[in-house]
Amino acid sequence: MAKVTIDNIEIEVPDGTTILQAARMIGERNKADRHVVPPTMCYYSKLKTSGGYCRTCIVKVTKGSEKDPRPMPKPVASCRTNVMDGMVVENTINADLIESRKSVTEFLLINHPLDCPICDQAGECHLQDLSYENGKEASRYQFERRTFDPIDIGETIKLHMTRCILCYRCVKVAEQITDGRVHGVINRGDVSEISTYIQEAIDNDFSGNVIDVCPVGALTDKTFRFASRVWFTQPLDAHRDCPKCSGKTVLWMKGEEVLRVTGRKDQWGEVEEFICNTCRFETKDKAAWTIEGPRKIDRHSVISQGHYERKLQQKLLDKAAPDAPSIEPFNIADR
Amino acid sequence: MGRKLLFEHITKPGIQGLEGYRANGGYRSVEKALKTMSPEAVVEEVKKSGLRGRGGAGFPTGMKWSFLAKPPGVPRHIVCNADESEPGTFKDRYLMERIPHLLVEGMITSGFALGAESGYIYIRGEYFYVHRILERAIAEAYAAGWLGKNILGSGFDFDLHMHIGAGAYICGEETALLESLEGKRGNPRIKPPFPAVKGLYDRPTVVNNVETIAAVVPIVNDGGEEYAKIGVGKSTGTKLISAGGNIKRPGVYEIELGITCDEFLNSDEYCGGIEGRALKAVVPGGSSVPIIPGELFLKTAAGETRLMTYESLSDGGFATGSMLGSGGFYAYNDAQCIVRSTWNHARFYHHESCGQCSPCREGTGWMEKLLHRIENGHGHMEDIDLLWDIQRRIEGNTICPLGDAAAWPVASAIRHFRDEFEYHVKYPTKVKDPDHFAKEPFKRELKASYA
Repeated sequence: MAKVTIDNIEIEVPDGTTILQAARMIGERNKADRHVVPPTMCYYSKLKTSGGYCRTCIVKVTKGSEKDPRPMPKPVASCRTNVMDGMVVENTINADLIESRKSVTEFLLINHPLDCPICDQAGECHLQDLSYENGKEASRYQFERRTFDPIDIGETIKLHMTRCILCYRCVKVAEQITDGRVHGVINRGDVSEISTYIQEAIDNDFSGNVIDVCPVGALTDKTFRFASRVWFTQPLDAHRDCPKCSGKTVLWMKGEEVLRVTGRKDQWGEVEEFICNTCRFETKDKAAWTIEGPRKIDRHSVISQGHYERKLQQKLLDKAAPDAPSIEPFNIADR
Repeated sequence: MGRKLLFEHITKPGIQGLEGYRANGGYRSVEKALKTMSPEAVVEEVKKSGLRGRGGAGFPTGMKWSFLAKPPGVPRHIVCNADESEPGTFKDRYLMERIPHLLVEGMITSGFALGAESGYIYIRGEYFYVHRILERAIAEAYAAGWLGKNILGSGFDFDLHMHIGAGAYICGEETALLESLEGKRGNPRIKPPFPAVKGLYDRPTVVNNVETIAAVVPIVNDGGEEYAKIGVGKSTGTKLISAGGNIKRPGVYEIELGITCDEFLNSDEYCGGIEGRALKAVVPGGSSVPIIPGELFLKTAAGETRLMTYESLSDGGFATGSMLGSGGFYAYNDAQCIVRSTWNHARFYHHESCGQCSPCREGTGWMEKLLHRIENGHGHMEDIDLLWDIQRRIEGNTICPLGDAAAWPVASAIRHFRDEFEYHVKYPTKVKDPDHFAKEPFKRELKASYA
């Protein structure tokens, strides 16, 4: 066990835990401490060797460990740095670090198209969250942005490279979840892009997961494109017997219609279990699913703004006991 | 005349071939090490010599070697970094081209010291003709029994392979080099683990510069203490400097560390002084080290004479000092425009960024665009502060040192030559002509200061 202090909050964690995981443990222990958790764009706890690229999760280590108390000279990526016993970490209490993170956000945004009004990811986009929480008021970038043509990389997936922030998550999914990776990063520097090998299509049973792990709107679901804004849809936990995957999904409903199916994302915006393409793209009939109840969306509060949870519970309650009193209005302080 | 250790026989006829090299005392270090010394004793000699990495960072080589993990049953590797791609540096090319067996000899001796099973020379793609010279040298060494199984009957087996890069600056970073050597995309790895623990094919690996490995030969031949007698303080031995720019005698020079900067720049043995005009600025160690004004190169901020050593050149930190770096020395006369040169550097780093982590991927391009705008007379005063802010946020926030390398030239140019940037903004019509300072040299109005 190692004792680590993050922003003056102490926690004891097993050896081999990263600083980021320790911070998330603090956030899970007490919701009031959630602010110490660094934002992440490229790290994904379910994918090995992910993280370290986007630099949004950087923290300052002011004391290396009990044995070697020297501070680390540069900010470190918290997602790839293991804790040591007695380590002291500064995140939100270090003004210079906050400035650095703002700059990283600015760097990520200078070539991002900011086409949120026509982007399917808007409302559940990690880059929107990041720039809302850590961004500057305005960009200082005055030059033309880098653009790419959108390309089809298969029957069901659309790639908008212009929106990509090169987090490498989809590459790791292809490497670790599916059999045989056919896409990767080509070129280098600020013209590097995600692409398949000479227009080859991504075609295997778990390829749809690249959509779930994409933090921005670079990889989107072609069966859901332009169908609705996410905050007008209502997420329901549902499951079915699936021979390929666990079958535990979230249905995004508009009325009685299933607009799209995704994996279940936890409070850090990461899927709990990867799902197969049959569940995701082909099972859009509500009757095929067993409904469990409304999905609690923890992180992307804009979806909660439609008060779908209360409405859905009310609807279920109305059916069961029409005379019961109404549920208390949704309270944002509970989140 | 300073002592020459690496270039002692470089002008002798036939030195490129094995016969000529042997005739001038070649492969003595292999004989000495394999027949009379233990691997630990060789490492000990290198430690005693105080040899520091010649690739740029100046990390003590003996210490690096002693960090190498030695788990039983796991083969170890030694990799020679011949991906010499720092702008302004061409010392390794000269060494490999003229005296290839020195590198081969150094690899065998170093490989013996580290207990390595095989060695790799990773050479940049642009040095294709050098690759052929080295291949020939390696074939000669195999034929004469210096490489292969049971060298000199000592039971030590060592194989040496060449690998050609595809022309990427980033593959000079040791972990990106290892990725590239494994056949993957040349992206730097996230450290730790360091190559000494998990390097090539996840095995313990030492990566050293060409000159470092070549320097092991005289260290083993004459002993580490003899080597340490040359130099000042912690900068021992000789160093190859590739000199260029507005000097009278450009070329590759082997200097004894510890000669004064004034001697190096102005004596006829080395650079021979500045061509025609007055000295304006100096980059002492390759494009990524800070540029400093001529007067700060010759004398430190405290007024002491500056020496060609690791410590003296970095005296004063980045505020008034620079670094010895990889030894890519170049000087500017007062006809040169610092903004143009900085833009040129920024363009290089933009082109060579690998695109893995965001500050460098996005920041280098942004800096290049801003510098292009200022140099061509479309800049604003705010752009200078913006540039300062961008470089400050790239530095230290990236995975590999390329981010720092991209930030330092811009930072130092603004720090020391801010008035020249302001001149470009104030007089846009004057700077339209690319040779603007050749006709009317820039006069400093006041000493620039920027904290």
